[in-house]
Amino acid sequence: MAVTLPIYLDHAATTRCDPRVVDAMLPLFTENFGNPGSRNHSFGWNSEDAVDTARRQVADLIGADPKEIVFTSGATESNNLAIKGAANMYARKPAGQTGRGHIITAMHEHKAVLDPCKRLEKEGFDVTFLEPGTDGLITKDMVESAMRDDTILVTVMWANNEIGTINEIPEIGALCHDRGVVFHTDATQWVGKMPTDVKRDNVDLLSLSAHKMYGPKGVGALYVRRRRPRVRLTAIQEGGGQERGLRSGTLNVSGIVGLGKACELCAEEMDSEQQRLLKLRKRVEDKISASLDVIQVNGHADKRLPHITNISFGFVEGESLMMAVKDVAMSSGSACTSASLEPSYVLKALGVGDDLAHSSLRISFGRWSTEEEADFAADKIIEAVGKLRELSPLFDMHNEGIDVSKIEWNTH
Amino acid sequence: MAYSPKVVEHYEKPRNVGTFGTQKEIHERKDVGVGLVGAPECGDVMQLQIKVDDDGKIEDAKFKCFGCGSAIASSSLATEWLKGKELDEGLEIKNTQIVEELSLPPVKIHCSVLAEDAIRAAIADYKEKNGIASDTKAHSH
Repeated sequence: MAVTLPIYLDHAATTRCDPRVVDAMLPLFTENFGNPGSRNHSFGWNSEDAVDTARRQVADLIGADPKEIVFTSGATESNNLAIKGAANMYARKPAGQTGRGHIITAMHEHKAVLDPCKRLEKEGFDVTFLEPGTDGLITKDMVESAMRDDTILVTVMWANNEIGTINEIPEIGALCHDRGVVFHTDATQWVGKMPTDVKRDNVDLLSLSAHKMYGPKGVGALYVRRRRPRVRLTAIQEGGGQERGLRSGTLNVSGIVGLGKACELCAEEMDSEQQRLLKLRKRVEDKISASLDVIQVNGHADKRLPHITNISFGFVEGESLMMAVKDVAMSSGSACTSASLEPSYVLKALGVGDDLAHSSLRISFGRWSTEEEADFAADKIIEAVGKLRELSPLFDMHNEGIDVSKIEWNTH
Repeated sequence: MAYSPKVVEHYEKPRNVGTFGTQKEIHERKDVGVGLVGAPECGDVMQLQIKVDDDGKIEDAKFKCFGCGSAIASSSLATEWLKGKELDEGLEIKNTQIVEELSLPPVKIHCSVLAEDAIRAAIADYKEKNGIASDTKAHSH
C-alpha cells in the first residue's frame, strides 16, 4: 500500500478528531443547543442529558463515579485547578505567609504542572522538584525520601509527554494515602491508551484532555475523588457555580459530548490498539537501531507508552533532521527555533548530554498510523542522518577518534 | 516556521562540503586556514576551511556544519562567497549580508553571526600559520 504524504507521526502533540466523534458533536451546535443550566424547558433538559451521558463515558474510562468528573477546557486548566485548588484548600498557613505547606513534583513534568507549582512557590509554599533517574522514571522511593511532615500535595505525571516513560503511579498513590497527602497525576498522555482505574491506582486527582485521544481541542476533565479520601479544592474560576462550584462557566456541551464519545471509543479499542501501536513503535526503533550507530532511545526500555518513542542521533542536529524528513510530521527535542537555543529540559533532566539532547526526535503513533508509514519514516530518518553526518564536523572528529566532549568549545 | 527558498536550496544542495584533510592534516597544512566555531551544546558547530594560493588569494573553500538548516545554508553561502577573494576581501563579508541573501528571520541571525565568525577564524588561522600580522580577531560572545 502506498503512503499518502505528508505523514502525521506527532500524536503526542495532538490527534485527528475521529469522524465518529465529530458526528456525535454536530447536533449539539444546531439542534440540541440548549444550556444545560436551563432547568425549566426541554432545550435545557436535552442538553443536560447529553452532558450526563458524556460524564458517564469519561468516568467509565477511568473507573470513576460520574459525580467525580469536572469538565474543563483541557489538561492545562485541569492541572491548574488540581494543583492550585488543592494547595490553597490544604494550606497550613493563610495566604501571605510562608511555610504554607510542601509540594512534591518532578523536574520533567509538563509546563502546565511546573508553572502552577512555581507560582505556588512564590505564594509561600515549598516545592521539591524531583530529578528523575537516567531511565526517566519517578519512583515511589524518590517520592518517599522527599516527603516531609508538612507535605500536602504530590503531583507526578502518569506518563511523560516527550519520552513516554511511565512513572510508579499506583505505588506513589498508595504512599500518599498512607501519609494523608493529596495525590494528583497529569494523565494527558496515558488516559485512553492504557487501562486506568483511579480507585485501584490510588489517584485522588487526575487531569485528562480530549484532543490527545481523538477528541476535539479545548475540552478536558479533572477527576476529583469523593470517597476515601474526599478531596476538596478551592475553585479558581468563579461565577455561575457550574460543576459543583469547582468550575463556573456555561458548559462547552459540544466539546464535552465529543470528549465523552472519544473516551467510549478509546475504551472499546484499547486492547487491540495498544498491541498495534507497540508493534509500530518497535518496528521503527528496531529498523533505526539496525542501520545507525551512535543513537540512543531515550527513557526506560519497557516502562514506556506503546505509541511514543524519543531517539537521539549523535552528531546530527534535530531541526535540520526534521527539515530533511519534511514529509513526516514529528517533533524535535531541540528548541533551536526559540531565541534561547535551549535543548529539551526533559532530556536534560534525564542526564542526556547537551549534544544528544539537541539531536533528538519524538515520533508518536496514533489510530490511523500504518506499518507502511512507520517504514517510510524510518527509511527517511536513516537516509537523512546519513546525509547530515556527511556534513557534520563532529562526525569526522568522532571517526578520527577525537572525543568531541573534550574539546574546549567557544560557547556563546 | 517556514524556511526561505534560498535556505532550502542551500540545505538541499550544499556547496563545497568537505575538508582538505584529516583534523591533524588541516591543522598542519600551511596553505589551509581552519575556523571551528560554535559548540555542540548550543546546537551549532561550523568548520570552515580556506585554501590559499601563493598570491594570497582564496582558491578554494570547504565547510562542514552541525546545526539547523539556516546554519548549514549560511556556511554553504560563506564558502561560495569566499572563493576567489583576497584574504582581506574575505574579512569584508558581514553577517548582515548573509541575513539579507538568505532572508533569515530574527531567530536565525545567530547562524549568520556564526558564519562570519568562522570566516574570520579561518583567515586568522591562515595568517597565524604564515606569520602574517593580523589585527582582526574572531568575535567573542
